[in-house]
Amino acid sequence: MTSVLIPTLTAYWDDPDSFTLQGYRRAGGYQGLPKALDMDPDEVIQAVKDSGLRGRGGAGFPTGVKWGFIPQGDGKPHYLVINADESEPGTCKDIPLMLAVPQMLIEGAIIAAYAIRANRAFIYVRGEVLHVVRRLHHAVAEAYQAGYLGANILGSGFDLDVTVHAGAGAYECGEETALLDSLEGLRGQPRLKPPFPAIAGLYACPTVVNNVESIASVPYILRHGAAAFAALGTGRSKGFGIFSLTGHVTTPGQYEAPLGATLRELLDLAGGVRAGHTLKFWTPGGSSTPIFTDEHLDVPLDFEATVAKGSMLGTRALQIFDETTCVVRATLRWTEFYQHESCGKCTPCREGTYWMVRVLDRLDRGVGTEEDLDKLLDICDNILGRAFCPFGDGAISPVVSSIKYFRDEFIEHLKRGGCPFDPAATTAWADGGQ
Amino acid sequence: MSDSLARLDAEAAGIIGRYPRSRSALLPLLHLCQAEEGYVSDDGIAFCARHLGLTEAEVSAVVSFYTMYKRRPVGEYHVGVCTNTLCAVMGGDQILAGLREHLGVGDDEPTGDGKVSLEHVECNAGCDYAPVVMVNWEFYDDITPQSARDLVDALRAGEPPAPSRGAARLATWKQAARILAGFPDDQATTGHTAGHATLAGLRIAREHGWAPEDAGPPGRDGAPGPGGAPEDGGAS
Repeated sequence: MTSVLIPTLTAYWDDPDSFTLQGYRRAGGYQGLPKALDMDPDEVIQAVKDSGLRGRGGAGFPTGVKWGFIPQGDGKPHYLVINADESEPGTCKDIPLMLAVPQMLIEGAIIAAYAIRANRAFIYVRGEVLHVVRRLHHAVAEAYQAGYLGANILGSGFDLDVTVHAGAGAYECGEETALLDSLEGLRGQPRLKPPFPAIAGLYACPTVVNNVESIASVPYILRHGAAAFAALGTGRSKGFGIFSLTGHVTTPGQYEAPLGATLRELLDLAGGVRAGHTLKFWTPGGSSTPIFTDEHLDVPLDFEATVAKGSMLGTRALQIFDETTCVVRATLRWTEFYQHESCGKCTPCREGTYWMVRVLDRLDRGVGTEEDLDKLLDICDNILGRAFCPFGDGAISPVVSSIKYFRDEFIEHLKRGGCPFDPAATTAWADGGQ
Repeated sequence: MSDSLARLDAEAAGIIGRYPRSRSALLPLLHLCQAEEGYVSDDGIAFCARHLGLTEAEVSAVVSFYTMYKRRPVGEYHVGVCTNTLCAVMGGDQILAGLREHLGVGDDEPTGDGKVSLEHVECNAGCDYAPVVMVNWEFYDDITPQSARDLVDALRAGEPPAPSRGAARLATWKQAARILAGFPDDQATTGHTAGHATLAGLRIAREHGWAPEDAGPPGRDGAPGPGGAPEDGGAS
């Protein structure tokens, strides 16, 4: 039988000491780094290009290509910044990865920094995960002690210093240019691009910003070769990734599979939707990716197929909602999140999310009108593509897609003058569970 | 300008020394102020401004942007209930409503004894354990309204239970802020972190005999694979 799951990044997460240097090395860790240091940095970039690895933080930009944009011989310091600000609603893969195998991230960071000729790297981790911050500090300290960080790493002549930097609570800082502003000690607001961070990033110097899972995938590529990574996945979506099944599913959790796995395959392994219930809607990659329904169970979860069906792969945050869930309530809550987290820089996003909450709240209480749906779509139209960063585009995803698939349910709220759903029926303990 | 935080000058200098440019130290310096005073006071803002050569207005503008910085005291144990969509649907709304009633406090408001404060938080990346409650930014997983009440009662009684996935011993609000400032305690290697959901896929893969083709047995004998492990450097 073909393997649906392929534990790689996750393969040793149950080792009691997986988070230590010793545990990581026993599991094959730090075997990619010496290979990288024996290569020319450009060869390392080429290997990552050849692997087909694309950014695991949601956007899916080819990682090796991003590295290749860093100018060489420019006389400026180069920086590697790891985006560990995991905050996209539904996304919960980087946090367990950093708890379980922080050294995998450090090894990947050393390889990446070597490739782009950076001698300083920063791990920007969201502040609201205290034990992750501890584990990262511990991993960095162990790596220094072992000679993997600091001066003349493994006798290669390459130097790298890594600093762990804790954020302070702002979803927007997951956007790479807002993250850089935050790391510079400013409010976390996005910058106009171009110039891109590869040209003018941290302190206006060439900078690569990569997601945790992207960087953690790099040691595998160096250790086993680009071809081994590229042999997995589909079309232009190569390799493996962590799929996070959450919500109304029998066995929620982290499922590592080649890109292109389907929700049907993953749900089958996870015991299906919780007992006695049926799938209603789900997100393929967090709340910023338009929702799917039970029509989309067989869509290959890769970058291309999800887009072809009107959504995006995002962060593979598969939030599962069964038939007890009110889609209006879900959409309102997501929109409240976007309103709360909008950094305020761009008027369409700041004002648009504010007004969408008002209109959705009216609809949820059944006191709006059918014209409100058109008003919502009009607001969405005025946000889409009109903000500095993708936040605004993400904010309209749940609104547009829920009206697309569940227009009748919005109307039903109006007909009844209220929500037809029982919020007690959606809870984890509703059917005597827990 | 107040110098009431002058005792932190040496640590502030250490934080600033971590960065190529001093202003990058602002977020950790603010965490340090919270570690000392429990919140970012006017003195804390003046302290950061003095160390970084900024105006107090510039520092205030940053403080007000980030939700983790508090401008007035919160509890020794700050409880965050996730009410983003997934957790809300799984019961976070009921948990938050129950705790508000039980504690009789509003957002960011401490109980009379100063022990516990309450806040609704956005997605904290623990969705596979929904509904999730954070205490001082440690994970308490698979919470119910009853277990949430038991949790805050234990906190008020000064008997904090260990996090579901976190350190063995729950840090206080100020201790947690100190770690965020970049001064970790000695608990990195403690605690249980690979919970049922973290390992769900791995366990199912093992049941099916699915493993990475090359992984083989996990090298318990320490034999390095191709490429050679840097034995001399690594065995600390």
